[in-house]
Order: sequence, then C-alpha cells, then structure tokens
Amino acid sequence: MIALLTRDLKLAIRAGGGFGLGLAFFLIVVILVPFSVGPESGLLSDIAPGVLWLGALLACLLSLDRILALDWEDGTLDLMATSPLPLEGVVTIKALAHWLTTGLPLVIAAPLFGLLLNLPQAGYPWLVLSLAIGTPALSVVGTFGAALTVGLKRGGLLLSLLVLPLYVPTLIFGAELARRGADGQATTTPMLMLAGITFGVIALLPFASALVLRVNLR
Amino acid sequence: MASIWEYANPVKFSKTASTVLPWVSVLAAVTLAVGLVWGFFFTPDDFRQGSTVKIIYIHVPSAMMAINIWAMMLVTSLIWLIRRHHVSVLAAKGAASVGVVMTLIALITGAVWGQPMWGTWWVWDPRLTSFLILFLFYLGYLALWEAIDDPDTAADLTSVLCIVGSVFAMLSRYAVNFWNQGLHQGASVMRAGAVTGTDTEEKVSNIFFYPLLLCIIGFVLLFVALVFLRTRTEIHKRRTSALLARERLS
Repeated sequence: MIALLTRDLKLAIRAGGGFGLGLAFFLIVVILVPFSVGPESGLLSDIAPGVLWLGALLACLLSLDRILALDWEDGTLDLMATSPLPLEGVVTIKALAHWLTTGLPLVIAAPLFGLLLNLPQAGYPWLVLSLAIGTPALSVVGTFGAALTVGLKRGGLLLSLLVLPLYVPTLIFGAELARRGADGQATTTPMLMLAGITFGVIALLPFASALVLRVNLR
Repeated sequence: MASIWEYANPVKFSKTASTVLPWVSVLAAVTLAVGLVWGFFFTPDDFRQGSTVKIIYIHVPSAMMAINIWAMMLVTSLIWLIRRHHVSVLAAKGAASVGVVMTLIALITGAVWGQPMWGTWWVWDPRLTSFLILFLFYLGYLALWEAIDDPDTAADLTSVLCIVGSVFAMLSRYAVNFWNQGLHQGASVMRAGAVTGTDTEEKVSNIFFYPLLLCIIGFVLLFVALVFLRTRTEIHKRRTSALLARERLS
C-alpha cells in the first residue's frame, strides 16, 4: 500500500501537471472574483469564506479524472486489480494520494488567498480547519465519480455532473463553518457535521468505488 | 398465488404489461380528468390566495411523485444488484425519465405560484433547493445511462449511483435545512395528526382535499402506466438488438 502511495505521489510530482495545476486554478478563481463582483473590501470580506470554499471545490474537481484515467489507459489498473491488495485498498490509497497532491496544498495556500479577499482576522484558523476537515471528503467522493466514469471516452463533463450534487453537503457545512468562524458565531454544529460526513464517506464510499471499478474492469 | 418474482421473466412481464396497460391508462385519464376539472372549476377560490390556489392540483401530486419515484428506483436498483433481474433495472430506468419530468413540473408550477404569492419566482428555501438538487441527481443518473454502451455495465453503475445518490440526497436535505430557513409551508395535506383529528394546526380544507386526493391517485396511475410502457419498450429494444446481433453473426 505504501509502495502504491509513493508511486502515485512521485508520478504526480515528477510528471507535472496535476500538482501545481489545482493551486493555479484556485488562485485564478480567487483573482477573478473581485473583477466580477467589484473591489469593495466590505463585500469581499463578507463573501470570502464562500468563495474560497467554492474555489477549493472546483480546483479539486479539475484533477479528478486524472486519479484513475491514466492508470486505466496503460493497463496498470488491471494489474492492481489482480494484485493481492484488495481493490478497496487501492481506491483508498488513490483518494489519499489525490488529497495529498490537491487537497493539502489548497489547505496550506488558503490563508494566503484569504488575504487577497480581505478575510476577517478571526476567520483564518476556521478557514484552514474547515478545509482540512472537508477536502478529504471531496477527494473520496471524487474517486467514486472517477471510478464510475473511468471507462468512458469523454467522461470529464459527465464526471462533473455526477460529482457536483454529491459535493453539496460538504460544501454547505464547510462554507458554513468558515463563515461562522469569520463572524465569531458558534461553530460546533457545522464542524461536527462536516467531520461526520468526511469520516462517513472515508469509511463507506471506498466499497462502492471498488464495486463500480470491478464492473468497469469486467 | 404466484410469486412476484415470476414477473422478473421479461416475456411474462411484457404480456402482463400489455393486458394491464390499457386499463391503467384509461383509469389514469379518467381520474385525472375528473380530479382536475373538479379542482379547477368546482372548488371556491381561497379567500387570500384567490384562484392561484388551484395550482395545488398539479404541484402537490407531481412533487410527491418526484420523491417517491426516486424511492422506487432505489428499491428496483437494489433488486437488480441482489437478484440480477433485468426487468427491475429497466423499470428503474423508465421511472427515472418520468421522475425528472415530475421534478421539473413541481419546480415550474411552484415558481409560477410563487411569483404572485411570494413576489418572487425563486427563493433559496430548503424545500426548493432540495428539489433542485434532486433534479440534478436525476440528470446525473440519466446521463450515466446514456453514456455507457454495454447494457449490463450501465445497469450496474447506475444502480450503485442510485444507492449512493440516495444517501447523499438525504444528507443534502438535512444540510439544506440547516443552511437556510424556509418560506415554503410545512406538510399540510396528509399528516398523522390530521387523520386522527388530534391536530390543531392548519391543514388543507376538505373542499380542496378531495379533488386533490383524486389528482394524486391520477398521477400515481399515470406513473404506473408510463413505467409499464417504458419498461416494455426497453425490453423490446433489448430483444431487437439481440436479434440484430445474432443476424450479424450468422
């Protein structure tokens, strides 16, 4: 499992593309927002938590089809399926690798982008915390979507259509947590709900992902 | 008494569907006609809402169907995954296309009613928002069916999507409730308390309730007829393509 994880990480870093692309996309979204809604700092600081969450979500979405598609094309996925490692483990590792290369950089870079949008002082720890709790769920759900569409010629758009509705609960609770933190309101309920969703999907969804992957490899 | 699993046989199903279909269709047409005419022309206007109240006869049944059709798809998808009956998954596929239209009808009639009553076509109310999300789930489900060529693969993948989607749809429903307070009224047509008479809250008056009940029954019958029709069509389509494939081989 560790060998698979290091392989995926090495591929992501050395082959380029996936690693920095998500961050760059996130940056561009954040930069475009003031152009579209106007540069008043009061308005920007009001919408900053939501915009940052949306940007992170879209950046995650962008790299989802790379999780499995490349391994599918060159047949690595078939080898993994016949290896002693259960397919559930493979998809979990794939999701973990995706989170380490996409989600974690977003979490680390988010405070910097919060600066651009004039996020209130109190909001920074909550923004980082909400992204740290929420982005693993985005990666795991995204892996399920990638497993569903892996055999398709042009699955990218379909992948977005399938995955975005599944992202709704995470987005609601994540953005709510960041917003409440920035406003200095009580944060326990959305934090617990967000953590519950994340742990729930990590525990259950790999089984569904492995199931659909087996169907696609049949 | 014959077991329900006998209808898993496509031939038997087709035959039964063909005998039942005309009866259900006629019954649906009659019920809907009576219910709608009664509702539209023979009930008084509401004293505050005026005649706009009459959109209830389409809005409420279609919204109920939209949710219940997804529940039916969940059951038939499970049956497919567990017992591998083709009729079951084809029924889910047929029901989904009806469900997406029902969701759309509920959303549109709601907007048409909301414009004069709430002063806006759309608000981000929990019920409205969850219906929009349900609509997206239907679209994703149907798009996945369209995208995959191999019928068995498509059936497996869409079934799993339906089950996972159900869980997330429930989650979204509660997340949305948490996220915003609503403008839409609560359940006021059928409530346990309303039936037993212990309910003191407002409920839909009987003058409106009886034609509404008729419309709901009509919508259910219409749905049954459409699902029979669509499932039979799918079975025939499968058989045609199988025959064509055999022709090409020989």
